[in-house]
Amino acid sequence: MKITKTLTAALLAGTVSLLAVSAAQAVTLRMGNGGEPGSIDPHHAEGDWENRIIGDYIEGLMTEDANAEAIPGQAESFTVSDDGLVYTFKLRDGIQWSDGTPVTAGDFVFAFQRLFDPATASSYAYLQYPIKNAEAIASGEITDFAELGVKAVDDTTVEITLENPTPYFLQALTHYTAFPVPKHKVEELGDDWTKIENVVGNGPYVLKEWVPGSFLRSEKNPDYYDAANVAIDEVYYDNTEDTTAAFNAYIAGELDILTAFPPDQYQWLQDNRPGEAHVEPFLGVYYYVMNQEEGPLTDVRVREALSISVNREVIGPDILTTGEIAAYGWVPPGTANYDGEAYMPDWASEDYGSRVERAKALMAEAGYSPENPLNLQLRYNTNEAHQRIAVALSAMWEPLGVNIELFNAEVAVHYDALQAGDFQIGRAGWLLDYSDAANTLDLLKGGTQQGDTMNWGNNYGRYNNEEFDALMDKAAAELDLTARAAILHEAEALAMDDFAAMPIYWYVSKNIVSPAIEGFVDNPSDIHRTRWLSKSE
Amino acid sequence: MLSYAFRRVLGAIPIALIAITACFFILRAAPGGPFDGERALPPQIMDNLRAYYNLDKSLFEQYFIYVGGVLRGDFGPSMSYQDFSVSELLAIGLPFSLMLGLVAFVVATSVGILAGMISAVNQNKWPDFSVIFVVMIGLIVPNFLMANLLQLLLGVYWNWLPVRGYVPGSIPHLIMPILILSLPQAARVARLMRGSMIEVLGTNYVRTARAKGLGARLVLARHAIKPALLPVVSYLGPALSGLLTGSLVVEQVFALPGIGKYFISAALARDYGIVLGTTVLYMGVILLLNLIVDILYAYLDPKVRYR
Amino acid sequence: MAGLTSRDAILTEYNQQLLNAPKGRSLAQDAVRRLVANKAAVFSIFLLVTILLVVFIAPYFLPWGYSQVDWANIRKPPNFEAGHFMGTDQNGRDMLARTMQGTQMSLVVAGVATLVSVVIGVSYGAIAGYFGGRIDAVMMRFVDIMYALPYILFVIILVVIFGRNPILLFVGIGCLEWLTMARIVRGQTLSLKEREFVEAARASGASPWSIIFRHIVPNLTGPVVIYATLTIPEIIITESFLSYLGLGVQEPQTSLGTLISQGSEVAVALPWMLLGPAVILVAMLIAFTYLGDGLRDALDPKDR
Repeated sequence: MKITKTLTAALLAGTVSLLAVSAAQAVTLRMGNGGEPGSIDPHHAEGDWENRIIGDYIEGLMTEDANAEAIPGQAESFTVSDDGLVYTFKLRDGIQWSDGTPVTAGDFVFAFQRLFDPATASSYAYLQYPIKNAEAIASGEITDFAELGVKAVDDTTVEITLENPTPYFLQALTHYTAFPVPKHKVEELGDDWTKIENVVGNGPYVLKEWVPGSFLRSEKNPDYYDAANVAIDEVYYDNTEDTTAAFNAYIAGELDILTAFPPDQYQWLQDNRPGEAHVEPFLGVYYYVMNQEEGPLTDVRVREALSISVNREVIGPDILTTGEIAAYGWVPPGTANYDGEAYMPDWASEDYGSRVERAKALMAEAGYSPENPLNLQLRYNTNEAHQRIAVALSAMWEPLGVNIELFNAEVAVHYDALQAGDFQIGRAGWLLDYSDAANTLDLLKGGTQQGDTMNWGNNYGRYNNEEFDALMDKAAAELDLTARAAILHEAEALAMDDFAAMPIYWYVSKNIVSPAIEGFVDNPSDIHRTRWLSKSE
Repeated sequence: MLSYAFRRVLGAIPIALIAITACFFILRAAPGGPFDGERALPPQIMDNLRAYYNLDKSLFEQYFIYVGGVLRGDFGPSMSYQDFSVSELLAIGLPFSLMLGLVAFVVATSVGILAGMISAVNQNKWPDFSVIFVVMIGLIVPNFLMANLLQLLLGVYWNWLPVRGYVPGSIPHLIMPILILSLPQAARVARLMRGSMIEVLGTNYVRTARAKGLGARLVLARHAIKPALLPVVSYLGPALSGLLTGSLVVEQVFALPGIGKYFISAALARDYGIVLGTTVLYMGVILLLNLIVDILYAYLDPKVRYR
Repeated sequence: MAGLTSRDAILTEYNQQLLNAPKGRSLAQDAVRRLVANKAAVFSIFLLVTILLVVFIAPYFLPWGYSQVDWANIRKPPNFEAGHFMGTDQNGRDMLARTMQGTQMSLVVAGVATLVSVVIGVSYGAIAGYFGGRIDAVMMRFVDIMYALPYILFVIILVVIFGRNPILLFVGIGCLEWLTMARIVRGQTLSLKEREFVEAARASGASPWSIIFRHIVPNLTGPVVIYATLTIPEIIITESFLSYLGLGVQEPQTSLGTLISQGSEVAVALPWMLLGPAVILVAMLIAFTYLGDGLRDALDPKDR
C-alpha cells in the first residue's frame, strides 16, 4: 500500500517536473558531482562536492569569480584598517534570503557564532581561526559569544577583527565556513533548517529537490542581485561515486561536467574527444610520510636514500597518465604570497642512475644491503591511484635492498594509524585550504603538549625541528609579505634538506567539460561556480 | 498457521537482538572512528564532535541508548549524512529498494520459470541450449562487470537506454538496473525449473496422462507445472535475500536512491548508526519474506505441516 | 546464502533421495562409472586439472614475475617479443603472471573457506542429528534464523574488522557458509544413527564422539563432495564482489576478482586487462558447475 503510494507520488512528481521543464525551455546543467553530500549546512560540510552545492545556494561576504579569485559577494565594498586587523564590510542593498527575509549583518554575526560554538561541532571551523577569539570560543575557554571578533555595526555593516594580520583572509572568507546562515530559520528549526523543505539561501540558486543517494536539484534564484547575468536555469548535482559509471554517462551525453574521471581514460579522451579533459595544476601536494619518531626512518640517510631513489618523472606521465608534475619541494607552484625561487634540491637535476648508486651507498652506510634488507611496511588508503604509486615506489626501492610490504585500508583506518604514529611509511596528501604557503608548511611543525599527550596534528611523520618551528613563528609575526615569503622559503628548504617528508607530485584537477559549456575557466583552486557558466544547446 | 507465524517471529527476536549486540560491539572494536578523515581535527573539535554524538559516554551506556532508541523506532543520528537521521534515510531508501527488489523478483521468477519450462520441454534442442547459455552467463559474470558492459553496450554504443541515474518516475532509467539485478536470480530459477520439470515429465503419472491421449500443453498445464514448481518455491526465500544484497552494487553503479549503497560507505566510514540500522532492517525484511515463502510453500505442498 | 548454483535446493533434493534410497550397497564404483559416462563432467575435470596445473606450475617458467615491474612496457597490449603474452597492467606488470597468481589466490581462498565450512557444517549437523531431542531443536532453530541474516553485510563487517588478511577473511566467510551443510548432515545422521552398524558400535560401548566421527561422518562423503564442488565457485564470486568494493587481497598479490574489477574499469581503453582473467573465471566456474551436476547425478541413489 505504502509502496504504491510512493510510486504514484514519484510518477506524479516526475510528470510534473517534466511538464515544468518543457514549458520553460530551461537551460539545465548536469554535473557529475562525485559524492553524496554529508551535509548542505555550511558549518557541517567537509568536501569539495558539498562546496559545489553550497556555494551555489549561499554566498558569503566575499565570493569567487570565474578564476576563483576573491571578489565582493554579499558585501558591496570593504575597507581594511592600516594594521591589517579590522575588516569592515558594507552589505549590498536589497539582498534577501529566498523566502523574502532580508539578509542582514546579524545573519553573519549569528553564523560565525554558530560556527565556533562547541555545540555545533563544526569540523572545519579552524579555517576561520584568524578571527579574534575564535579558537578560544571553539575550545570552550570563552563562553561569551559577544567576545568574538565579528560584530554588526548596523544592519548593513559587518566588522571583523583578527588576532593577527592575515594576508589570505579575504580568500578565506570565500570558504563555506564563512557563509551566513538564515538566523530566523536556524533559530526556529535548529539543525533541521537544512531539510530540503525548509532550506533557504541567498546565492544565485535555490535548492529545490534532494533525492538522497541519487541527486540534488536547484533552480536559478530570481531575486539574486546578479540574476540577470546567470545563464543556467537549473542544476542537477549527480551524486554517483562510481567514476566508471559516471564516465559512461558523460560519453552518452547524460552529464555535462565530470569533476573526476578514471585515469586510464585520459588518453582515450585526448584521442576521441580532444579538448574536453581539463587537467590543470591544482594547489596540493601528494606525499609520503616517514615515521621519524621510532624505527629505521629516524636515520636521515635512509630517508634521503628512499627519497632520491624515487623517479618522480615517470609517475605522472606513465603510471597515472594524467601528467601530474613531479614534486621536489613542499609548497605547490602558484601559491599566493610566496614570491621567490621555488625550492629545488640539487639531486633533482642529477642523473637518475647515479642517484640510485648514491642511494645504495647511503643505505650501505646505514647498514642495509640486498643481503641484509630493510623491511618496511607502506600504508595507503584503498584507491586505485594510491595503489599504483605504492607498487611503483616499492619496485624503485627494491634495488636498494628495501623490502616493502604493502598495506591498504579504508580512509578511517589509514588516517587513524597515521595520526597515532602507528606506521613506517604512509601515503598522505594535502590540498590547500587557501592559497598561502604557511598552509602546507604548518604540516611539518612540531607537536604541542596537551595534557599528558603530544598533539602532532597533521604532522604524521612527527618531524621535529626547533629551528623550523622558530622560523614558522617568525613568519607568522611578519607583516611585510615579501619578508614573510623569504622566511617561509628558508623554512621549506630546511625541512626538505632534512627529508622531513617525501613529496611525490603536485596534484592536478581533473575535470571533463562538454563543449556545450562555456565560461569554465581552469584555475588552481578548482572552483567553478555555476553562475559563471553557460550552455549552448 | 497464525500461531506458526507468530512463533517464528517471536523466535527471531532474541537472535536479532544478539545480532545487533554483536554488530554493535564488533563495529566499535574495529580500528578507525567516524571522525578519522584525511585531516587530523583539532582536539577540541574532536571532543565537541564526540560529545555531540554521545561517543564520550561509556560503551555500555551508548549501547543502551542505542537499543532503547531502536525499540522506539529511532536508529539514532548519522555521522556521515548529517542532514538526515538514520531513520529518515532508511524511510526514504527502503520503499525504493523494496520496489526495485520486488519488480526484479517478479521478473526473475516469471522469466526463470518460463525459460526453465521451454528448456525442459525442448531438452537438448536449440531452445534448450540457448537458455543454458544465457543461464550460465547470468550465473557467472559478476554483476559489477555486467553493469559496466551493459552500460557501454546499451547506453553508450547503441543509445537504447539511459546509462545510469535516477529520474523520478522514469521507467527507462530502471530497466538496466532491474535487468542486472534479476538476471542471476532468473538464471538460478531457470536452472531449477529445468531440472525439476525434466524429472516430472519422466514420472509415471505424466506418462500416463500422455498415454491417455491428452495434448502436450494440457499435460503440462494440468499435471506437470505445479509439482515442478516446488523446488523453485523453496528457492524463493534465498532468491529474495540475493536480490536485496545484489542491490548494494546496482544502487551504487546506477546512482539509485535505495538503502543498499549506504551500507558499504557507512561501514567503511564507521558510521555506526547506518550500519546497524541497515542490518536490522535487512534482517527484518528477510525474515518477513522468508515467512511468506514458507506459507506459500505450504499452500503448494500439502505434505508440509507446521511444526 | 543463496547459491550460485542453486546449491541449497539441489542438495536438499539429493538428501531426500538419499534418505529414501534402498540401503546396503556401496556407491563408489557405480558413481565413478556414471561420472565417467558424463561427458560434460569429464571435460570439466580435465579443464579444472589443467587450470590447476598451469596456474601452480607455469609461473616458474614465465619470463616475468607477478610483482615485477617492466618499466619499458607499461599498459601495453600483448607483446610476444618482450615476453608479455597477455600484455601489461598500468604498473608494467605482466598480466599473464598476474592472472596465474590471481587464479591461485582465488582457488586457495575458496578452498580454505570451503574446508572451514565443511568442517563446521559436518560437526554441527552430526552433533545435532546424533543427540536429537531438545539439543537438535535448539541447534536447528539457530540455523533457521542464521539463514535470515543478511549474509553479505556480515562478510563486509568481518572484512572491516580483519583488515585485509586473506586467510582470516576466508576463514570468516567459511564460518558463515556452513548452514546448508549442517542441515544436510543432520538429516543424514538422523537416518544413519538407526542403522545396525551404529547400534553395534553403541552396544560395544563406543563414546558418542567416536561414533559420530568414526561411523557416521565417513558415510557422508557424497553430500560433502557435491557441496564442496558447488561452494568453491560461490566463494570465488563473493570474493570478486568484495574486490569490487575495494576489500580484496593486499597488493602486490591479486585475485581473479581484483583483476576483473580492475579490468572492468578499463574495458575499452585496455581490454587485455579484462579479457584474460574473465575467460579463466568463466571457464572455471562453468567447469565447477557442470562437475557439481555430474557428481550429483553420479551419486544419485535413486536410479540404481
